[in-house]
Amino acid sequence: MKEYQTITEVSGPLVFAEVDEPIGCDEMVEIETPSGETKRGQVLESEDGIVAIQVFEGTTGIDRNASVRFLGETLKMPVTEDLLGRVMDGSGNPIDGGPEIVPDERRDIVGAAINPYSREYPEDFIQTGVSAIDGMNTLVRGQKLPIFSGSGLPHNDLALQIARQATVPEEEGEGDDDESEFAVIFGAMGITQEEANEFMDDFERTGALERSVVFMNLADDPAVERTVTPRLALTTAEYLAFDKGYHVLVVLTDMTNYCEALREIGAAREEVPGRRGYPGYMYTDLAQLYERAGRLKDREGSVTQIPILTMPGDDDTHPIPDLTGYITEGQIMMDRPLHSQGIKPPVNVLPSLSRLMDDGIGEGLTRADHADVSDQMYAAYAEGEDLRDLVNIVGREALSERDNKYLDFADAFEEEFVQQGFDTNRTIDETIELGWDLLSTLPKTELNRVDEELIEEHYREDASAVDAEAEEVSAD
Amino acid sequence: MSEHMSQASETETTEGTGRIKSVSGPVVKAVDLDARMNDVVYVGDEGLMGEVIEIEGDVTTIQVYEETSGVAPGEPVENTGEPLSVDLGPGMLDAIYDGVQRPLDVLEEKMDSAFLDRGVDAPGIDLEKEWEFTPEVEAGDTVEAGDIVGVVPETVTIDHKVMVPPEYEGGVVESVEEGKFTVDDPVVTLENGEEIAMRQEWPVREQRPTVEKRTPRTPLVSGQRILDGLFPIAKGGTAAIPGPFGSGKTVTQHSLAKFADADIVVYVGCGERGNEMTEVIEDFPELEDPKTGNSLMARTSLIANTSNMPVAARESCVYTGITIAEYYRDMGYDVALMADSTSRWAEAMREISSRLEEMPGEEGYPAYLAARLAEFYERAGYFENLNGTEGSVSAIGAVSPPGGDFSEPVTQNTLRIVKTFWALDADLAERRHFPAINWNESYSLYQDQLDPWFEENVAEDWPDKRQWAVDVLDEEGELQEIVQLVGKDALPEDQQLTLEVARYLREGYLQQNAFIDVDMYCPPEKTYAILSTIQTYNDEAFDALDAGVPIEDITSIDAAPKLNRIATQEDWETFVDELKSDITEQIRSLY
Ligand SMILES: Nc1ncnc2c1ncn2[C@@H]1O[C@H](COP(=O)(O)OP(=O)(O)OP(=O)(O)O)[C@@H](O)[C@H]1O
Ligand SMILES: [Mg+2]
Repeated sequence: MKEYQTITEVSGPLVFAEVDEPIGCDEMVEIETPSGETKRGQVLESEDGIVAIQVFEGTTGIDRNASVRFLGETLKMPVTEDLLGRVMDGSGNPIDGGPEIVPDERRDIVGAAINPYSREYPEDFIQTGVSAIDGMNTLVRGQKLPIFSGSGLPHNDLALQIARQATVPEEEGEGDDDESEFAVIFGAMGITQEEANEFMDDFERTGALERSVVFMNLADDPAVERTVTPRLALTTAEYLAFDKGYHVLVVLTDMTNYCEALREIGAAREEVPGRRGYPGYMYTDLAQLYERAGRLKDREGSVTQIPILTMPGDDDTHPIPDLTGYITEGQIMMDRPLHSQGIKPPVNVLPSLSRLMDDGIGEGLTRADHADVSDQMYAAYAEGEDLRDLVNIVGREALSERDNKYLDFADAFEEEFVQQGFDTNRTIDETIELGWDLLSTLPKTELNRVDEELIEEHYREDASAVDAEAEEVSAD
Repeated sequence: MSEHMSQASETETTEGTGRIKSVSGPVVKAVDLDARMNDVVYVGDEGLMGEVIEIEGDVTTIQVYEETSGVAPGEPVENTGEPLSVDLGPGMLDAIYDGVQRPLDVLEEKMDSAFLDRGVDAPGIDLEKEWEFTPEVEAGDTVEAGDIVGVVPETVTIDHKVMVPPEYEGGVVESVEEGKFTVDDPVVTLENGEEIAMRQEWPVREQRPTVEKRTPRTPLVSGQRILDGLFPIAKGGTAAIPGPFGSGKTVTQHSLAKFADADIVVYVGCGERGNEMTEVIEDFPELEDPKTGNSLMARTSLIANTSNMPVAARESCVYTGITIAEYYRDMGYDVALMADSTSRWAEAMREISSRLEEMPGEEGYPAYLAARLAEFYERAGYFENLNGTEGSVSAIGAVSPPGGDFSEPVTQNTLRIVKTFWALDADLAERRHFPAINWNESYSLYQDQLDPWFEENVAEDWPDKRQWAVDVLDEEGELQEIVQLVGKDALPEDQQLTLEVARYLREGYLQQNAFIDVDMYCPPEKTYAILSTIQTYNDEAFDALDAGVPIEDITSIDAAPKLNRIATQEDWETFVDELKSDITEQIRSLY
C-alpha cells in the first residue's frame, strides 16, 4: 500500500492530498500525524491527481508531513450476532473491554437501497404500553417513527419506556418464541455523558443490554464521526433483522447533532448552502438513513426506527424536523406546556401522527373500534383545545353546555389518557376502554365518527347520566 | 429506423470512449469522450448508467443513475450515442419501474437480492414474451405516422393499440401478420421497407407529437366529494397538491389513482417512501376499478424512485412517467398521471445543478426550474392525436414546500402553470379533518368548462348547489372570527343557524375518510345527494326560524345528526329519501 506525504491543504474537517493513482469515491483513508497518531477518514471527492478527505477524528495535529494511506475499500462494519450485548464508540470500536469481535462478515455501511418491490408493507401492531402512542398514533413493526422533542424534554424517558415495554401481542395458539428475537440497537450521536449514563443504566437495570448493541458518539467525540455512527447502527440492524431474523428496534439520538455535523462538512467544502445553512442534499442524506427501516418479503425480521431529534427553538418548521417529517412515517410530538403541567409523557397528539396506523389496527389486529375511537378523540380534543382560547376571553359561563363538555373532555384527555407516567404499561384494551370512558362524557349524538353499532356496544350510558346529574347538582 | 437508446437496445458502444476525470456524488466528469447532450453513457468498470448533462471543451459532465461510491478517476466511460429513452409497448401496465424504466421485479430476480445492486440492466418491457396481435389494416392500405395498425389485449381492461411510430414516413402496407409475436417481431411491413413492431422507443425529454391541443370539457371524476363538488379537474387538466408533511398529499394521490375515471393511471413515486409504493403494489391488485370492475393494476403503471434511490434517476423519473402516459394517450385513452412529489424532482435538479456549480437562482434552485416545471405540465392536455383519436393526459403533482410555506419557489412556479389548486392545510390535518383540503384557498379554473357536463350527467342545478355551499362556508369563515371574540351564543339566531349548517357541510360533506370502504369512493350522484340533503335541512330550518321557532328546538331534532352519516351508508339513496322527509317532518312539527 502506497503512502503519500502530499497533503496540500487542511481546512476544518477536510484534508486535500495529491495522488498519482486513481482513488475511488468513499474509499477509507488512514492519516498518520508526525506525532504518531492515526486518524481515519473517507474520500469525499476524487479528481485526477487530487482527493478531498473527510477526517473523522478531527484534523488537529495534521500537517504537511502527515502520511496518507488509502485502504482501497469503503467503510465496512464487521457484523455478527456476537455484537449483541456489546458497547462500541461512534466508529464501531469496542469500548466495553470485552473480547475482540470476530465478524461473520464485513458489510459496506452505506447500505444499498431496498428494492421497493421487495418490501412487505408493515402492519404488525407493536404495543408500546403508552396510550398516546398505541391508542392515537400506533407504531407497527418496520415503521420509522421519530420523536420530535425540544431540549430539556423527557424524550429519552419515552424512548426507554418504548424500548422496555414494546411487545407484539401474540395471536392465540402461536408460540412465545418470538420474544427472544427482539433486539435493540442504540446509536448515540453527540449526546452528553449524563444522557448516555441514563440509557446505559436503564439497559443494565432491566437486563436489556444482553439483547442490545450500543454505538456511542458523545458530545466531546469528533463531530464528523457522527456521520458514520447511524450507518454502523443501521448496517448492524439490517444484518440482525434480515439475515438473522431479529425484530430490531433502532433508537437514534440525537439526529439534530447528526445534521449539525453534515452542515459543518458542507461548510468546509464551501458548498452552496440550502435552508438555514444546511446542505441542499440533506433530504437525500436523511432518507438514506430513515429508509433503512422496514420489512422484506419472505424474511422474518424487521427494522423499526425511533429517531429522536430536538427541534431548535421548538420549531417544527426548522429544516431538521421538517425534512425528517417528510421522510418518516409520522412523528410523536413532545410538548413543552404539557411537560410543565406534569403530564408524563408530554405527548401532544394533535400534531403527532402515525401514517402506518390505519393498516395496523382494527379487528384481528387491535380492536374493531380502535380507528373510530381514535378519530373521535382527535376531533373532540381538537375542539376542546380550540375552545380554551375562547374561555380565556369570555369565561366558561358564556359558553354553551356542549362547549363546556368539550372543555372538560380536553382536560380529562390530557390528565387521564395521555398522563400515565414512564413506568405504567397499559395494554391496548386498557387504552381503548379508557378512551370509551372519556368519550362517554360526551352526548351520544356528538360521536359522529363512531359507527352506531359500536356506540351501542361500548358507550357507557351511566357515564353521561352521572355527568348530567353532577351538572344538575352543581347548577342548583 | 428508430435509433434511440433504451435498455432494450444493443449496448454496443461505437463512439469515442472516454476516461473519468473526477467523481463527486452522482456527478462524474469525463475527458476524451465524444458525446452529445443527453446521450446515455456507461460509466466506470461496472458500467453504471448515466446521461450527459454538460459539455465544456474536452470535459463532459455526466449524471449517473446509480451509486458512485468506489468509482475512481481513470476508469472508462462509454457512449451509446443515444438519448435517454423508454421502451413503449405491451407490458407496461401492471409493471413497476425505477426512474429509468428498469422493472423492479426483474431487478430483484437478476440481483437475487432485496437490495438494489449496481450495474444491472433490464429492458423496460419483456423482449421474450409473446403477445396476441390482431391487425386492423391489410395489405394495400395506406398508413401514416401515428396510425393504429392492430391491437393486443394487454390486460383484462386495456387493449393495447399498436401504432406506426411518429418518426416513420408511412405508406402502403405490404404485408401484415396475425398471431403471437414478441414485441420486436415486425407485424406490419410497409412497401418503403419500414417495419412496425409492437415496441417503440422514445426519448423521454421530448414530447410525443399530436395534431393539436383542445379545450378540455369533461371532468376527471375523482370520487372525492370536495374535488368533484368544489374544485373539479378536467380530463387533460393539471393540478397541484401542495401541503406540509403529513397533510394528505399521498393519500389524495392514491385515492385519485384508485378511483379517478381515467382509462390508464401512471403513478410516479418521485423521491418519496418505499413503503408507500409497496402499499400500492399490495393494494391495487385487490381493488376494483370502479369503471370496469377489473383489478386496478390492470390499468396502472408504477414508477418508483424512492428517496433513498439515486438522485439522478429521481430527476428523470417524471419524464419516464409522462412519456408512458403520452404513449397511451396516442391510443385514444384518457390517462391520469400522478407525481408524488414534484418537489423532490426539483430538489434533484438543484442537487445536480449545484454539483455543476451553476449560478443558483432562488433558494439555490437552478434558474431553469420554472421552465422545466412548465414544460412538464405542458405535456398534459386534451389532444387530437396523429391518428385522429382523442386522448388526454391529466397531470397531478404533489408539492412538498419546506416548512409548509407556499411562498417557496417550487409551489409558486407550479401555481403559475396549473389550473387546479388543492391546498392542504396542517391545521385541518391536525384536527383530522380529511381530506385536509382548505376550501378557502383552493380553486379550479375548469369549473365553467365542466359545469355543462355535471348539469347534463348529474343534476341541472349542480352549479347552484355548489355556489350555495361555497357561500355558506364563506359566511362561516367570517362568523368564526367573531365567535373567537365573543362566543357563539352572542350571535343572532340566524347566524348561529348558519354555523350549524356549515358544520354539517364540513363534517358530512367535505370530510371523506380514505380508509372506510363505503366512503373512500363517492360517485357524483351521491356527492350531489349529500349536498342537497344538507340544503333541505338549511331551508326547512330557516323557515322555522322565521316562523319564530327557537333555534335550540330546530337544531336538536333527531334527524339532524344523521346528515353526517349519509357518507357511510351502503344504501345511501333510500337513506337520503328517508332523511329528507324526516327532517321536513320533524322541523315542521315544531310550528
Ligand atoms: N382522506 C383521508 N382520510 C383519512 N385519513 C387521511 C386522509 N388523508 C390523509 N389522512 C391521514 O393523514 C396521514 C398523512 O397523509 P399523507 O401520507 O398523504 O401525507 P403527505 O402530505 O403525503 O405527507 P408527506 O409530505 O410527508 O409525504 C395519513 O397517514 C392518514 O392517516
Ligand atoms: Mg406523501
